Amino acid sequence: MNKANQPGRGGALRKRQRVSIAAYLALLPMAATVLLAYLGTMLWTARVSVSSSRTFPNSDFVGAAQYIRLFNNERWLLSLQNIAIYGVLFIVACLAIGFLLAVFIDQKVMAEGALRTIFLYPYAMSFVATGLIWQWILNPELGIQEVLHKLGFAEARFDWIVDQDMAVYTIVIATVWQASGLVMALMLSGLRGIDEEIWKAARIDGIPRWRVYLSIVLPMLGASLSTAFVLLFVMVVKVFDAVVAMTQGGPGTASEVPAKFIMDYLFGRANIGLASAASIVLLSTVLAIVAPLYFVRSRRAAKGGAA
Amino acid sequence: MSAVLKPRRTPGWTPARMGVYGFLIVAALFFLLPLYVMLVTSVKPMEEIRLGTLFALPLHPTLEPWLQAWQSACTGLECDGIRGGFWNSVAIVVPSTILSIAIGAVNGYALSFWRPRGAGLLFAILMMGAFIPVQVMVYPLVRVLATLNLYSSLPGIVLIHTIFGMPVMTLLFRNYYAALPVELFKAARIDGGGFWRIFLQLMLPMSTPVIVVAVIMQVTGIWNDFLLGLVFAGTDHLPMTVQLNNIINTTTGERLYNVNMAATILTSLVPLALYFISGRWFVRGIASGAVKG
Repeated sequence: MNKANQPGRGGALRKRQRVSIAAYLALLPMAATVLLAYLGTMLWTARVSVSSSRTFPNSDFVGAAQYIRLFNNERWLLSLQNIAIYGVLFIVACLAIGFLLAVFIDQKVMAEGALRTIFLYPYAMSFVATGLIWQWILNPELGIQEVLHKLGFAEARFDWIVDQDMAVYTIVIATVWQASGLVMALMLSGLRGIDEEIWKAARIDGIPRWRVYLSIVLPMLGASLSTAFVLLFVMVVKVFDAVVAMTQGGPGTASEVPAKFIMDYLFGRANIGLASAASIVLLSTVLAIVAPLYFVRSRRAAKGGAA
Repeated sequence: MSAVLKPRRTPGWTPARMGVYGFLIVAALFFLLPLYVMLVTSVKPMEEIRLGTLFALPLHPTLEPWLQAWQSACTGLECDGIRGGFWNSVAIVVPSTILSIAIGAVNGYALSFWRPRGAGLLFAILMMGAFIPVQVMVYPLVRVLATLNLYSSLPGIVLIHTIFGMPVMTLLFRNYYAALPVELFKAARIDGGGFWRIFLQLMLPMSTPVIVVAVIMQVTGIWNDFLLGLVFAGTDHLPMTVQLNNIINTTTGERLYNVNMAATILTSLVPLALYFISGRWFVRGIASGAVKG
């Protein structure tokens, strides 16, 4: 009766039939989550976004009215501007710093383990804690600005956190501090995966070390870089905790971000329709950027044969 | 540069080498700065803090702020300290971790060995789900949980964390099981093992490394969560992160910065301790893509 382990149609079919029940049942939670919690909520939110719901849901249909209102909303437009500035700065800074840290640590330095621990520990903290610490450090009266004054630079200004134009940059500083270590860890495992032969060959050819990094190593780190980029991008879209903790979106609405806008309109200002429209816009942006990357990656993986 | 084919030895002190160490030391100072400020501020009495000397060591260190943070700081209406939040977080993290890992393991196992029809597509959508901004799902989930009477409750927040942890956990376990030799599985099937028997008696015992990584990732991610706890946990079960934010950002009167910093450290103790203890495992979790953003 050992047809199950023999190749060929008959055995395979019987094995498949035996597979079905237990495996399907076991995957029910996953199926439920995907269909209800993911697809279902997306459709629900999309439906609400074309209605005129405010505090209570309304099953009417108003077409794109909420979206039009959304893009006439000053606060929303400001949040988009902020997230764009924040996103670019955050991703570039984290990638650059993380890459540099990884490269420098890879130079067979002493106390490598301690250094790695130091650079990565911020990532173990919550964004709320990070925001609160940096809020304290950047406090205009008692933080770094005051230290500068005491050191003699009486005219020094580092009150970004209460400055309308500069508040966003404080969030950049705090979150870059938190997430650069993550990029470093990813880059380091990528670097460690590079064959020793490459280094030897480069040295025999007399190529200076920094050139090797730029022209040979960096392209080879493509996979690690794209993983890091995707993770950072998701963090940018999600940024909420750090903003709430650090500036509460202020001063005023100077450091407003889309995630906070949506939460405020869902709960505080009770405008479900508008908030849902904003959510769909946010979702579309994410999918527009992540889906192609994902597609390319799975294509490459399928070709390479790796899972 | 030195000769190419010598055995590995630490290179000598060239200017480039000093530049490397210089950069690393400056970077290390930047990364350690907030930790230092946190610790130092949390043991200073308020008179010293008002002096505005952020980096100075305390002249009269005191543990009073820590005591206050733990048991008498005001989180909104109550002034019971952050200890309530600590136990709430524990009550949230433990069941959420267990549940999300259990389901992730079963999913990963079913996906990599059994591959029922349609599972591949479901898995692909699950993975995309990890990128969906939470805000898209919040309102419908609130409505559904309210209908089930689970909104603002402990089981509700546990369910939420399980749902949101599923993509990452499933991916983690699926990749782990996919790397195991399939002959083991086939042999077990020949021996007459069924779905659950093979899982519980063969695969699970072999899963210790991935379970360790999963526990680290989930405990860190769920403990540090803010938004989900804020929305779904209800005032009686607010996690420590939410209470921390309440203490610090909703105070009237003078802000007690030393108490604030003590509370921040207390909130970060569990994940930081886990990080320092787990070391390599933490990095392994990151490298396998199982990070909670």
